[in-house]
Amino acid sequence: MNEISLMPAEQYQRLQQRNAADVKELWDLLDIIKDPELPVLSIWDLGILRDIERDGDRITVTITPTYSGCPAMDNIRTDVEKALNEAGYQEVTVNMSLSPAWSSEWMSPEGRKNLREYGIAPPEDADLDEDGLTPEAHAQCPHCRSRDTRRISEFGSTACKALFQCNDCNEPFDYFKKI
Amino acid sequence: MSDAIKQATLEYVTRLGDDSVVLGHRISEWVSYGPFLEEDIAYGNVALDYIGRARMYYSYAAELADDGRTEDDFAYMRSDRDYRNMLLMEMPRGDFAYSQVRQLLADAYATVMLPELVKSKDQTIAAVAAKAIKETKYHLRRSRDWVLRLGDGTEESHQRTQKAVDQLWGYTHELFDMDETEQLLADNGIGVDVSKLRDAWHAMVSEILTTATLTVPDDSWAVRGGRTGYHTENLGHMLTEMQIVHRSHPGCQW
Repeated sequence: MNEISLMPAEQYQRLQQRNAADVKELWDLLDIIKDPELPVLSIWDLGILRDIERDGDRITVTITPTYSGCPAMDNIRTDVEKALNEAGYQEVTVNMSLSPAWSSEWMSPEGRKNLREYGIAPPEDADLDEDGLTPEAHAQCPHCRSRDTRRISEFGSTACKALFQCNDCNEPFDYFKKI
Repeated sequence: MSDAIKQATLEYVTRLGDDSVVLGHRISEWVSYGPFLEEDIAYGNVALDYIGRARMYYSYAAELADDGRTEDDFAYMRSDRDYRNMLLMEMPRGDFAYSQVRQLLADAYATVMLPELVKSKDQTIAAVAAKAIKETKYHLRRSRDWVLRLGDGTEESHQRTQKAVDQLWGYTHELFDMDETEQLLADNGIGVDVSKLRDAWHAMVSEILTTATLTVPDDSWAVRGGRTGYHTENLGHMLTEMQIVHRSHPGCQW
């Protein structure tokens, strides 16, 4: 199956920001930091990593939570500090930024692909209307690719996921919500 | 920022934090008691969103207060008379219908309030609101669906839901009250004039209740006090439970 990647504007801007950064090596370095609850997604893939600045010896990293109460943020902050310390940067500040609010549009194309392979349907794998995730969303089963699925609950194992079940292969699966 | 505005803003974000943490805690009381696993998880998720909001408001309050207090001090080291949450948020868990009706009333409030709060000239307040709006859409859809299902369900579920509506209605007037602090902030483009939101809220809630074959109560009684620190007895009990670990082990961190 051919995959045509349509990059959302938000994602394009993020990519531009990363490529134009004067600390591009730090963006690359932080690719090793994964979301503790989604180990196939780096904080770059998920769009949690917002900015990296260098001022002399001081590195300031800006991250943003996916949901208000995301419990992974404290872990991520520690992981970022540790990775930079180990790379020889001793003065590290990690800022939490709330605005603009995180959007699932920021997720990278690789992240979406990895998510699907991991067994979680990415945001674009469901039919969404203005009202969001209705019972008729028919999220695509990441296991057998069937669209004959039903929504079990809009609230899944973490704040960013909803629970579906496939009517063809019967497997339950998570769907990463679009917000 | 002038001192008066700064003080008012501190008071305001503390109120918003109190509303969020109290409701978040109440919702969390369903965890492991939900009618089935998915509902258990759903309420856990919603609780997390509210507690997350509370953290953001409280950390901002701590920043504004600038007197050494942290977000934890705001959540755990204040007594019921210091809390400024609206009474609706502290009402006990009740049965599932009661909790879902309260959730609907609160979600509808958030739905009309947050789009105004997002316009706040205070960037932190606006940012928290922008984040919360997205989550509120999910919350409202769920509480709405449940109230429809319970109201228009069996005779028993209908009765329980109607009873919850009747019992909670008197606490909703407070949601739209303004005092000097809120007026000052509304006039300065920082807070929201919630008195202007009641009609939109009432229309939204009435439509849902009517569709659920429930009767919208008249406005004959109203209870107030939360914003001035006069609470129902429920809050003290709730805070005792919520604060016990932190107060027993001062300064402890997870």
